[in-house]
Amino acid sequence: MSASIEFNQLHKRYGAHPVLRDFDLKVQAGETVTLIGPSGSGKSTVLRILMTLEPFQEGCLTLDGISYHQPHGKPPFFASDVHLHKVRAKVGMVFQSFNLFPHMTVLRNLVEAPTAVLGLSRDEAEGRAVELLHMVGLSDKAKAYPGQLSGGQQQRVAIARALAMRPQVLLFDEPTSALDPELVGEVLSVIRSLAHEHDLTMLMVTHEMRFAREISDRVCFFEGGRIVEQGKPDQIFNAPEQERTKRFLSSVLNG
Amino acid sequence: MDLSVHLPNLLGAAATSLLICSLSLLMAASLSFGAGVALFAGPAWLRAIAFAYVEIFRGTSLLVQLFWLYFALPLLGISLPPFLTGVLALGLNTGAYGAEVVRGALRSVSQQQHEAARALNFTRNQTLWRIVLPQSLVEMLPSFSSLAVQNLKDTSLVSMITIADLTFKAQEIRNLTQDTVAVYGTALLIYFAMAMSIVALMRILETRVARSTGRLS
Ligand SMILES: Nc1ncnc2c1ncn2[C@@H]1O[C@H](COP(=O)(O)OP(=O)(O)O)[C@@H](O)[C@H]1O
Ligand SMILES: [Mg+2]
Repeated sequence: MSASIEFNQLHKRYGAHPVLRDFDLKVQAGETVTLIGPSGSGKSTVLRILMTLEPFQEGCLTLDGISYHQPHGKPPFFASDVHLHKVRAKVGMVFQSFNLFPHMTVLRNLVEAPTAVLGLSRDEAEGRAVELLHMVGLSDKAKAYPGQLSGGQQQRVAIARALAMRPQVLLFDEPTSALDPELVGEVLSVIRSLAHEHDLTMLMVTHEMRFAREISDRVCFFEGGRIVEQGKPDQIFNAPEQERTKRFLSSVLNG
Repeated sequence: MDLSVHLPNLLGAAATSLLICSLSLLMAASLSFGAGVALFAGPAWLRAIAFAYVEIFRGTSLLVQLFWLYFALPLLGISLPPFLTGVLALGLNTGAYGAEVVRGALRSVSQQQHEAARALNFTRNQTLWRIVLPQSLVEMLPSFSSLAVQNLKDTSLVSMITIADLTFKAQEIRNLTQDTVAVYGTALLIYFAMAMSIVALMRILETRVARSTGRLS
């Protein structure tokens, strides 16, 4: 079971500084969509709004049929805890800086939320955690603390931790940007294995252009708080229509 | 000068000091966590109460607090034995400083940890108790250690309300024997030994907590 996402005419400001204006984006259930674009263009903001880490000022956000509406012209009001809880139950997020819980072992990082939030029994949660650790290739690290792992290993644990909550939508915010180059591959291969799953909608911000091209169903080029151009990866990377897309791609691919 | 002459007479009184210190520290620890958590995450009314408590007890003299409790409480119809009054005053005072330590340590946990917890759908309370508080414990302990030693030294003030603690007893023996240097010298050594024991205990606790929270391997 996966979920669709729809941003409709969304406005987001930080103070007086507008970040998203009339923002529209539709993601089908099960789709893998990548956001690329220059830094500061608002890509993280899109993910953070979806994860309910940021409020927005105007427009409507619909997730799996649940709408959160910010009526035009009204000051921002905040969603109720019940609404936020429902949204968060469907969405998971992998952060650039991993954000594992440093005071818990790897296993405990994976077990804590499923037991406390989903109400799973300890055995059930541990069984699932063990499977997930196996999937990300870290079965031998269950008893380690995050501080004892490399960045690549920490990020793989973070992916497993997000999956342990069985999200329908998984968000990745530059999951490999904080990693040494030699550790990027191991994280990408875990993400790659997820992209083929039909019951997971993925929205990813990345600077790994080759990877974006390989795994995405759709690539969106983002600039100045809106999507300038979007399409199949081959179209965006081989035959971009917009001048700004061409300029961005030539700067990152040759730079 | 032979310090050991007065040692046996002073040790009993030192036990009283240590007992007052321990009991008031227990009380201070509960108040520290209660008021510290309230300041960090409590509803506005509770925050206001915690704020008033902390600022009043940090902003006034411990000796006056002690006298006030000792002389004013009976006028209000509450009469406590001097021993309990001493424990109460010290506990309230150290707890106020401890609450600031707890609040500061809770605040030092990064925003990213809060966001990770939110992304996993932990409630605010779960985030506090499972994610934030355990991480901040290690930050608190060094400050708790100095507060505990401060608390031990402050127990000498209870001699002013007739409690026969180490300071009280030292004064008494000195008045009898006029052996000022040796008596006070012995008392100083005993205070120092007790303070070092507190520091050592807190070090052990720090190591334990650090190990159980992945700070040490
Ligand atoms: N918490 C914040 N407060 C104020 N401004 C912010 C905040 N977060 C991001 N911004 C601003 O919003 C814009 C978009 O940021 P972001 O979504 O992080 O861009 P990207 O992920 O594409 O680099 C930037 O100009 C950034 O400075
Ligand atoms: Mg970003």
